[in-house]
Amino acid sequence: MQPFAELLEKLAFTPARNAKQAHLLHAFLSLPDPERGFALAALTGELSLRNVTPSLLRGLVAEETDPELFRLSYDFVGDLAETVALIWPHTEALQDISLETAVSELSGTAKAQLPALIRHRLSTMTATQRYAYLKLATGGLRVGVSARLARTALAQFGAVDVNEIEELWHGLSPPYLPLFDWLEGGEKPVSLAAAPFRPVMLSTATDLDDLSTMDPADFEAEWKWDGIRIQATNDAGVRKLYTRTGEDISAAFPDVIDCVNFNGTLDGELLIKRGADVAPFGDLQKRLGRKKVGKAMLESHPAALRAYDLLVWNELDLRQQPFDQRRAALRECVAALDTPRIDLSETLPFSTWQDLADLRATPPDRVIEGVMIKRRNSVYSPGRKRGNWFKWKRDPMLVDAVMLYAQRGHGKRSGFYSDFTFGVWHDDQLVPVGKAYFGFSDAELKQLDKFVRTNTINRFGPVRAVKPEMVLEIAFEGLNESSRHKSGIAMRFPRISRIRTDKPAKEAGTLSELKTFLASGD
Amino acid sequence: MSAATAPQELLHPRPEGLYCPIGDFYIDPVVPVAKALITHGHADHARSGHGTVWASAQTLDIMAIRYGEAFCETRVAVDHTTEIAGLKLQFTPAGHVLGSCQITVDDGSTSITVSGDYARVDNPACAPFELAPCDVFVTEATFALPVFNHPTPLPEIEKLLRSVAAQPDRCHLVGAYALGKAQRVIALLRQAGWSAPIYIHGALQKLCDYHIEQGIDLGELRPATVKQGKDAFKGQIILGPPSAFAATWAQRFPDPIICFASGWMQVRARARQRGVELPLIISDHVDWSDLTRTINDLKPKEVWVTHGREDALVRWCELNQITAKPLRLIGYEEEAD
Repeated sequence: MQPFAELLEKLAFTPARNAKQAHLLHAFLSLPDPERGFALAALTGELSLRNVTPSLLRGLVAEETDPELFRLSYDFVGDLAETVALIWPHTEALQDISLETAVSELSGTAKAQLPALIRHRLSTMTATQRYAYLKLATGGLRVGVSARLARTALAQFGAVDVNEIEELWHGLSPPYLPLFDWLEGGEKPVSLAAAPFRPVMLSTATDLDDLSTMDPADFEAEWKWDGIRIQATNDAGVRKLYTRTGEDISAAFPDVIDCVNFNGTLDGELLIKRGADVAPFGDLQKRLGRKKVGKAMLESHPAALRAYDLLVWNELDLRQQPFDQRRAALRECVAALDTPRIDLSETLPFSTWQDLADLRATPPDRVIEGVMIKRRNSVYSPGRKRGNWFKWKRDPMLVDAVMLYAQRGHGKRSGFYSDFTFGVWHDDQLVPVGKAYFGFSDAELKQLDKFVRTNTINRFGPVRAVKPEMVLEIAFEGLNESSRHKSGIAMRFPRISRIRTDKPAKEAGTLSELKTFLASGD
Repeated sequence: MSAATAPQELLHPRPEGLYCPIGDFYIDPVVPVAKALITHGHADHARSGHGTVWASAQTLDIMAIRYGEAFCETRVAVDHTTEIAGLKLQFTPAGHVLGSCQITVDDGSTSITVSGDYARVDNPACAPFELAPCDVFVTEATFALPVFNHPTPLPEIEKLLRSVAAQPDRCHLVGAYALGKAQRVIALLRQAGWSAPIYIHGALQKLCDYHIEQGIDLGELRPATVKQGKDAFKGQIILGPPSAFAATWAQRFPDPIICFASGWMQVRARARQRGVELPLIISDHVDWSDLTRTINDLKPKEVWVTHGREDALVRWCELNQITAKPLRLIGYEEEAD
């Protein structure tokens, strides 16, 4: 448990993605089998030891400590597993156990015997080990490591493309011995998964200048819809929905899974669709991240798939065929499916890039976030290689907002106020509407930092409130309604596009002006 | 046989601090008074502007360094014991910072020990804690929750050295309070075998010099000034007071890893809230087990709790059939460590 506990500790306190990846890589290099495999499974959420509930832990700790002292401690610490780990009075000689032992015991013990097992283990561990053990047992590690990041570190470890790992992933299970063997120079495991994930082809950003160097006749274009890119697959009756990084989200979308009654693999955009109307991304977000979805939600937020591409059809792998041919096959397939829950992403008529620019400037739907441009003769190749698929996003939305709070950054930005909360006017008050921490140059960062230091009016721990005088032009990709934010809105991908020292704060934007950008309209 | 003096006649809380009516003095008063007894040199306990100050010689020196020679009218350096108005006053090492003492007030029938802040873990930067038996024990409660069981400090320092070795292109910026914690971290680094120069923030200089003068080995210290150039700090350890991390001072270092040496670092949310990447659990206060052990060792008739998490400690005393009450003194830092 000790090396895993140390890894969790490091990951929890490391803010930077690259540094987290370095810690993971080091763990894969230094831990033996099967420990590293179980660590990987814990980090990617592939261990399911669902019997260990918060109430079981509360029951255990109630036998060991005074309830009032526990309550005061829990109030202070704020995390149940951490409180239990720290407050546990260890009474027996320390005896560290392997992750393998921990996992097999926890999964192999009947519910009635679990409390006794956990009590014994907690009593023979250090506080750091107890924390790791309890996080493992209860499932929520929360160390800011996505399954994707873990697989990226694995790819680095084995010097292979991350797509190769994603393709195999769903056919593998903890502790992943054949996977590690392959990554260390052994034989590549054969994909054993029913309905495996097939790595996705991605586009790169482009603009009019860039496009002008290419012949429009070589390309097709489609709307880029603002949902999430998914892959719907049905291999011999096994149906799956994957995100573009290979996360299995089938359980959250039974309505779409119901319609995957074909034999093949479709690539498309997952959207919430009511009749013919596509709902904004915020509606889709309500359905994401769920393990189960209720009937009411299925009715109020029905999901649908807008098909972009066809990878496999009736056992035939189409990925090496040119886009034009796949597209023709896709058109036939979607027509044959004959369900309103799966429709075709139509191609756009254009003969010059200017035609396409005009279309992009006036999209027929608010849930369109630009156009995608695909080379007619391109094969379906995974990853983000430049030259065959492009995305040309709509221009960002802009609003002038006033800086309200600032917080210091990490790493190279240590000591600099680099995270800014900004607000717009509403009834003579500035209401916070978002946070941004990039978009500015190093020189601008110095300017902003200096402003914060000389205009601080209040401090709340690491946060400073500043005089509401600095106007920032904020660029963002969209706006959703949000009940979690006081202002009722949440910006997507906000960044600082310009510092408006030329503009007095009272001329900054208003909330009602900002709300005209809402994807749902009025 | 005459009845023993009631403890509250010997000492009781006033807005200025803990007051002794018999000797007309205060212990660690938070505002200027005529007569003050000072447990240790931290700013919330040792303020300037008093008339006469009784304290250990080291605490008086530290006050002079911090506030200037004119910090009070008259200094009385106490070596273990003294007398005021017929009361016996005993100064016993508290193990908190250099010069820190517990003060026992004894009128012959009743004795009260005011511990100030104290710690029972070995500290190369000050004299070790000793028990000061008493009828009433006045204790701090900074870490008085059963979740605080601080590890021994040397492995924490080794954690820092492993991180330095693993990331030679970055520097490690260690936050440590200027009096006590900074010198303790430096002395621990030397114990752990780190012999390279250690860079320090200007606010640490005089107090480090004083520790060296008092015979504490801190090795080679260098000022962390800009003129060294950014590259000079690669792979180095730099100490500064936590307040400096918010100042432009911190901008001179290349991609620093922010470390903080404090007992609060045991709780993750605390460390993350401060933006700490490498928490070092090194405390100059008693943790829960040392706090309760001290009360068990002393077996006082009563426990008075000054500042920190009084509720939990009073609750523990209740469960252990020890009379206890919070003093609700105002003006002491509850977070400083």
